[in-house]
Parts: sequence; structure tokens; C-alpha cells
Amino acid sequence: MNMNHALLNNRAAHNNETKLKTEQVSLFYGTFQALRNISLDIREKAITAIIGPSGCGKSSFLRLFNRMNDLIIGARVDGRVVIDDTNIYDRDIDVVELRKRVGMVFQKPNPFPMSVLENVAFGPRRHGKKNRHELEGIVERSLRQAALWDEVKDKLGQSALALSGGQQQRLCIARVLAVEPEVILMDEPCSALDPIATLRIEDLMRSLSSDYTIVIVTHNMQQAARVSDMAAFLMMEKDRAGILVEYGPTSQIFTNPQDKRTEDYITGRFG
Amino acid sequence: MEIRTTFRKRLHDIQQELMAMGGMVEKAISLSIEALKERDLKLAHQIIADDRKINEKRFEIEETCIQLIATQQPMAGDLRTLISVMSVITELERIGDHAEGIAKIVIMIGDEPPLKPLIDIPRMADKTIDMLHRCLESFMNCDEKMARSIAAEDDEVDDLYDQVYRELVSYMVEDPKTITRATRLLWVAHNLERCADRVTNICERVVFTVTGKMYETNVSKY
Repeated sequence: MNMNHALLNNRAAHNNETKLKTEQVSLFYGTFQALRNISLDIREKAITAIIGPSGCGKSSFLRLFNRMNDLIIGARVDGRVVIDDTNIYDRDIDVVELRKRVGMVFQKPNPFPMSVLENVAFGPRRHGKKNRHELEGIVERSLRQAALWDEVKDKLGQSALALSGGQQQRLCIARVLAVEPEVILMDEPCSALDPIATLRIEDLMRSLSSDYTIVIVTHNMQQAARVSDMAAFLMMEKDRAGILVEYGPTSQIFTNPQDKRTEDYITGRFG
Repeated sequence: MEIRTTFRKRLHDIQQELMAMGGMVEKAISLSIEALKERDLKLAHQIIADDRKINEKRFEIEETCIQLIATQQPMAGDLRTLISVMSVITELERIGDHAEGIAKIVIMIGDEPPLKPLIDIPRMADKTIDMLHRCLESFMNCDEKMARSIAAEDDEVDDLYDQVYRELVSYMVEDPKTITRATRLLWVAHNLERCADRVTNICERVVFTVTGKMYETNVSKY
């Protein structure tokens, strides 16, 4: 029986276009191999979760997409990492421009020690936007998109550090949105937040997924199940290199995984 | 600010699908009695074919419930709602099977002359459909009181069944040549009586969804 009916697919109607792609990617930190031959197509305007036990290379994998691993001395990437049709590890790639297209939200909210408004305006200003009117428009749009506007509209001039943890994380998301990225990478975005703030961020992710491609790394399997459309399970081989075990629709990974190792991890038999 | 809006929407969608399935089942019972009254064999075959759609709808909803339970970690009332939906769709699917059973009896009867005018059997069907409809509304509205009162109405269907039973047995006693035709009508009435019993099972699920308490309606005499 065809189970692909409307009910099953009502998590936003996605197109099936690939936005990001890794082709036989291996990542090395010096002589240590962190990732081995990972090939994965990530769908446009969907949420893809990367799950797996600690140390399996989830964050390293995520950082491939904005070349954050470049900042680590001795890091080397084999294979291709493609956004649209461009290999982002080509020599002529402008990494600053890449990071504008591929924004990132980190584990701990990290607002700059400046006002709420200045935090959001920071990125657009760096990218050449000077007009005050225009910047204010960007700030409001970004804060609205991040579902934070109503809570901060009367205190835009106050220090961002005075906001709650959940608000700070939404501010960081607004800061990413302000530079109009195409992809948002999230590395454990809720691990420092309480359960309600976590659910708010998850709601926000769902609403953003109609416009942005989101990739999230999370230790929290339940969160991956709740929020994502697609899920990739990574694990370590004996030499501790991360490999891709299974990748598929979240509904399938969490109800009927095809690989026994995924089943064992999901059901808590190892990991 | 409301949270988990996507999950709530999916939960709401499931309840809408359940109501749609309920509508399919109500229609199946109603048409099966119409086919019986009109000796409409084409309609009877249609009911049998449409039962497959009811079964598919049940699997669709069940699959979605499993996915929501696996991925959304529903708690408390949300969890009870999903667990109840899974029970209710099973009851609905079985009620659909009873309607299909009546359609099969219509085909068996074929063009045999009618034994008697049908009066109480259509009444049983009308009452059962009405109970089912209101029962599903009580599920949507979380109206536990209404569910309990609908469950009590099962006695009316049982009384009608008693009446049909006595009448048909008297036909058979008076004229053994009517046994085959009377027995078939008895099967129809029995199917309807079982439908109403299943409605009371759904009422129990409504009470569970709202209160968290397992509640058993009066056990049927049959």
C-alpha cells in the first residue's frame, strides 16, 4: 500500500532538490581520520538531522559546509562538498562569501556584548549595508523571522546579554538570518536551553524550513525525531573514523530503520 | 505563545482524518440497508468494493499515529488521544466490515421475494448511525458526558434486535419454508447490533481520552 499520502507528508511540502552534497568526503585532522567516504545529498528547504554517538564526527561533518574545519591546523578534506553546483573546497572560493550563504548557530548562545539591534545589524553592516533605515528594516524582519520581535521590540537598545538563554539563541538565529543565508547549520542549538525554550527553537526551525535549508547536529535523538524531515546516522569504525550508516526520511529512521546498527542506536542498545 | 504548533496541527489533522473515516463508515451502513430495502445488487457490490478504501484509510491513520508516537514523544492528553485514535479506527474498520457483511447478505438474498416489510432493521441502522455520528463528535469535542450517555443508548438498539429476533423466529416457527430468508435477515440485524456495540467501545475511548480512566460501558446481553 502506498503510504506516501498527505498525512504522512504534511511536514511542509518539500521539493526534492538537492541543496548540499558530499561526495566521498573524508576528513583528516593531521594523521587522524575523522570522517570516511561520506556521500550524502541534503534536500533544499528541509531539515536534516545528523545523529550518532559522541565522537562519531557529527560536528566535523556539519562544519564541512561552511569550511569551519579550515580553522583547525592540519585539517584536510578529500572528496567534494557541493552547494548547488559549486565545490566549496575549490581554490577560488571566497570563504567569507560562503559563510554569508551558509550561516551557523552554535551550542551556546553567543550574542556579542552590544545591543540587541547592533547584534542583528552586525552582519549586514560588515557586508556593506550602511543605510540606517535599511538596517532597521533588516533588524525587524530578522527578529520577526526568529519569532523574537514581540519580546524585544521595546528593548532594541538594551544589551543582548540581558536576554534569557532561549531569547539569546533566537537572537543568534536572527543574526544569521540578517545576512540572508541559504543554509543554516545548527550545532546542538538547544543543548544549553530549558525544555520550553527548546520547543520554541524547534517551532522556529520548522517555520524557517520553508525558506531555508537547515542541517542540525544533535545529541538529543528525540529532538532529531521531532524536528527533522531527513535523518543521517553516523557512527565510528574501530579506528574512530566516522562513517555514514543510514540516511533516510526521519519517519522511517525512527520507525523502521533498515540497518541493524541504526536500530540498536535508536533503541538505546548501544551509544 | 503557543508552542509545538506543528505537532498540534498534525494531531488535529489526524482527528480530521478520523472524522472522514467515520463518515465513510456511516455511509457504508446507510447504503447497506438501502441496498437491502431496494434489492440493489449493484449497490451491494459497490459497498464491498468501498470497504477496501475504509481499510486503507485505517492503515493510513494508524501509520501516522505510529510516526507521531515515534518522533514527537506525545505526553499526557496528547498521548491518550493518539492511543485512542488507534483503537477507534480499529472499531470503525470493523463497523465497516459489518456493513460489508450486510452487503454480502444482500447479494445472497438476490431476488428472493421479501419475507416482510422492513421496519425495525432500518430503525436499528438509523439509531446506530446516529449514535456513531454523535460519538465521534464527542471524541472531537472531548465531551465525556455525551459519550457516556450515547453508550447508554445501546440498550435501544438491543431492544430493537430482540424485537426483530422474536418476530423472525415466529415466522420460522409458523412456516419452516421461511427459515432461510428469516435467518438472513437475522444476520443483518445481528451485524447492526454489533455495530452499536462497537460504538460503545468508541465511547469508552472518549472517556479514556478525556479522563485517563479506563471505563467499561454496560456489557451487552449478547
